Amino acid sequence: MFGGGGDSGYKKLSTVNRRMFIMTAAKLVIFGGIITRLFSLQINENKKYLTLSDKNRLREWRLPPVRGDFEDFFGNKIASNLKVYQLHVVPEQVEDFRYLMIRLRDILDIDSKTFKKILKKRSQQKSWETLIISENLSWDQFAKINFYLHELSGAKPVLSVARNYPYDEKFTHLLGYVAQASEKDLTENEVIKKSHVPGLRVGKIGLEKTYENQLIGSNGIQRYEVNAYGKRINQIDFVEGKKGTDIKLTVDTEIQAQCNELLKDKAGSICVMDIYTGELIAMHSSPSFDPNLFLYGISHDNWNEILNNPKKPLINRSIQGLYPPGSTIKPIVALSALENDVISTKFKVNCTGKTEMYGQTYHCWKDTGHGIVNLRDALKVSCDTFFYEMSRRLGVDRLNLTAKKFGLGEKVFNGTYNEEKEGLIPSTQWKKNALGRGWVLGETLITGIGQGYMQTTPLQLCLMTAQLANGGFKIKPKIIYYKKSDSYEKIKAEMEKNRINLLSDFQQDDALVDFSLEKKKHDTDLYKPLYRNQENVKFVLEAMFASTNEVRGTSYSSRISDKKYQFAGKTGTSQVKKITEIQRELDLDISQIPYEERDHALFVAFGPYVNPRYALSVFVEHGGAGSSAAAPLAKKLFKTIIDRHEEREKIREKSLMEI
Amino acid sequence: MFKETALSGQTTFFQKLRSLDYILLACILILGVISSLAMYATDGGELLYHTKSHVLRFIIFFVMMFVLSFLNIRFWHATGYLFYIIVLGLLIWASLYGITASGSQRWVDLYFINLQPSELMKIAIIVCFAKFYHRAQINQINNFKNLLVPMMILILPILLVISQPDLGTSILIALSGIIVLWLAGINLKYFIYSGLFLLISMPFVIAFLKPYQKLRILTFFNPDKDPLGAGYQIIQSKIAIGSGGLTGKGFLKGTQGYLEFLPEKHTDFIFTLFSEEHGFIGSLALLFIYGVIIYRVIDIGKNARSFFGKLFCFGFASSIFVFITVNMSMVLGLLPIVGSPLPIMSYGGSSMLATMIGFSIVMSTKIYQKQLIA
Repeated sequence: MFGGGGDSGYKKLSTVNRRMFIMTAAKLVIFGGIITRLFSLQINENKKYLTLSDKNRLREWRLPPVRGDFEDFFGNKIASNLKVYQLHVVPEQVEDFRYLMIRLRDILDIDSKTFKKILKKRSQQKSWETLIISENLSWDQFAKINFYLHELSGAKPVLSVARNYPYDEKFTHLLGYVAQASEKDLTENEVIKKSHVPGLRVGKIGLEKTYENQLIGSNGIQRYEVNAYGKRINQIDFVEGKKGTDIKLTVDTEIQAQCNELLKDKAGSICVMDIYTGELIAMHSSPSFDPNLFLYGISHDNWNEILNNPKKPLINRSIQGLYPPGSTIKPIVALSALENDVISTKFKVNCTGKTEMYGQTYHCWKDTGHGIVNLRDALKVSCDTFFYEMSRRLGVDRLNLTAKKFGLGEKVFNGTYNEEKEGLIPSTQWKKNALGRGWVLGETLITGIGQGYMQTTPLQLCLMTAQLANGGFKIKPKIIYYKKSDSYEKIKAEMEKNRINLLSDFQQDDALVDFSLEKKKHDTDLYKPLYRNQENVKFVLEAMFASTNEVRGTSYSSRISDKKYQFAGKTGTSQVKKITEIQRELDLDISQIPYEERDHALFVAFGPYVNPRYALSVFVEHGGAGSSAAAPLAKKLFKTIIDRHEEREKIREKSLMEI
Repeated sequence: MFKETALSGQTTFFQKLRSLDYILLACILILGVISSLAMYATDGGELLYHTKSHVLRFIIFFVMMFVLSFLNIRFWHATGYLFYIIVLGLLIWASLYGITASGSQRWVDLYFINLQPSELMKIAIIVCFAKFYHRAQINQINNFKNLLVPMMILILPILLVISQPDLGTSILIALSGIIVLWLAGINLKYFIYSGLFLLISMPFVIAFLKPYQKLRILTFFNPDKDPLGAGYQIIQSKIAIGSGGLTGKGFLKGTQGYLEFLPEKHTDFIFTLFSEEHGFIGSLALLFIYGVIIYRVIDIGKNARSFFGKLFCFGFASSIFVFITVNMSMVLGLLPIVGSPLPIMSYGGSSMLATMIGFSIVMSTKIYQKQLIA
């Protein structure tokens, strides 16, 4: 039976059918809503979700960039990269991090201090970032780790590269060194920030710092597909990193090594320069330290040893050390006097060992005096009395101009070394501005012998000597070798052209070359004469020859008579402290004076005397007399420098051929 | 009278076979294939446990459905209350001796299968109501006694399922029941009254919700607030679907699923994975198949002479629609995440068993569509 009466049954049916119809209409609307939603997600916002999906599944691991090498002129690597074994852990992929760490501590024998450091580092970085447990595993440790590897899931022995300085302490000041990038490095340098990975080493000082952006190279990138738990599923992409630019220097490792040897156990500096190309052949500051110590974080003991060394190994004396130049300034004083027609070469002074001026007694270094001396003799025997009189007539301001022209009191490398110091060449104006007092005439006298306010770096003295030795032309010192830079022949021709131009200008105008104060731009002056009359330069050079190669010359004992190696130089002994009358009476032997009060020994020289090519400056801090402590070092060095010259020219020819 | 009995009694097996709804059967089969492939893709392109057991279940339950289709519609009518009582008994058993998994006591161990009675209740409630209203007079439907009994029938299982706790399934059971009640002709005002009552009692209900359930509701309103916590599922699901685009990433080329970014990817989130791989077009196709199924079921209901068959078909079509909509809205971020499987597509034996039983009743309605039930 059909349930209920016919009428009621019909009503029941029509109700359910009607309601079902409404329901179906509602269904269509709701399906439409779902389709709309699908459309908006999959079509309208597809791009957004695709990006999100990739971000979800792809993760990048940046590999440390490989740093560019430094090599010397001959292609010897002076800073390169060594393969090292490291131990990495990605905490995210480790099941039981604490357990793993404790196992590793036992296997590698990590001391508790280092262990704490690692745990601290772990807490500071993201869990998928690589945690470096050891940056330089010994072979033994590496073998041991591999032996236990199956029970150390999550630990990864990795073959990596690390900076290496094969010449240990020999190039430290010249190159600088690298160490772990600090917070400061990251904020100061965008490039470092961009390539940063845990354990990245960056230049801290010197060329390593200055050329950071070229050296650093680019990161290799591994892109992995990861699952929701960060586990790597497979490698999608590998972008090989690019090694940083290799930088070739102008220096000669052999000469640099000899400088290091010569200054062993001493504090001081030696700089050697090509007087035409301006190439630095060597620049060493002693004492030095091993930059490899800084690679893996220097130990407390090592650091203290460097820090507490009374000879201060951290100072790069060649460019940072400011010392009175002493008698090494005398060639410039003499040139300045000649150029300004203050005296003629015939001018004579009677040296009695001391002279009274402005109510003060000024002593010559030789108590008994030099007798009657002319300019040539005065330079040769370094007579102070003569220079007192000459500088009195010259005046400090004219001396200042000449000295500055020849590169004193100005940074030699503008910007290559952040730590480079300017030095000081005094003038009356300077004193008024800086000290607020007027210039005292007596100060001119001691300035004339390179004492008093005057302060120069050893490299400035080297440049000064080079610019004298090349006949008085401006050169641009450099330490980075560029293939395209001017050749010796071209420079020489340029200088000759400028010399002749100057002569013709002279004849036409019959006027003095403008020795104006205005500072011209470095490069426009390049290879231009720094003199008014080249005869004056030649006279000074000849007197320097006498100083080294004639009897009674101050560096006569360090002479080399072989013409091939023969050099000319000027000694200097600069006082650290004013000598009292009592001390003068005592005339103590150097060993009886406390180290800090001993004189600095200096020597500047160029060679070979005929057709000179190289200039150098030797500085020995608290070394005593320049003639006995500095000049002998130059003698030894010149032999090497000249012998290496041929090799150097061969390389130069070869590199020219390559172009 | 005579005509009807003659029709039912004398129909041959071949006639019955011929009167099966082949479009519906085909759609179910296609859905079975699609779901198996989706399961295979979810397993990362390998024939793993989920795929194997899903395929096996589908085959077994499909055959079962086919066989049960030949049962006379009278059988279902006769056993309507019994079916409900058995499932209710299983629910009580589950709440007493059930197997607990992920914090919810939902399953009973029947030795050959771990059954989730709450899934079966989704169908049983429809059968039960269909039988109840088959007899009821239209003018008596809205009197007190005829309102109270269905209310009790509905509330009892809901309370049992909520206490498991399983909010999702209890909501779906409630929706199934309410739809059938409404279709049967209960006055709309009662729904409005009880809706208002529910709204007022909401604060008290919320007070009884578990913290994770509260969190889910809160997360629904702002999933980005805690992207790695509770909002994770919604965000990851939207990323997967959205990144599928027009044509999808391609079969086995989806990344979110096999990289484990999708939670419950075999069950509630199977559509997400399907949509990521097959895109907007694939999703539309899937919706179309579901649409055809629903349309066929409604059509069979329309042609059924028995009120029992008609009401069941209408109720079943509507609840399938509700299950699909709730699941899709959930993975599309339109509704809060509550556990609700996608019929046939989702992994899960009980859900598939219930759906297949539903289809066999529909099929039986079709075969015996001229059959009247006394």
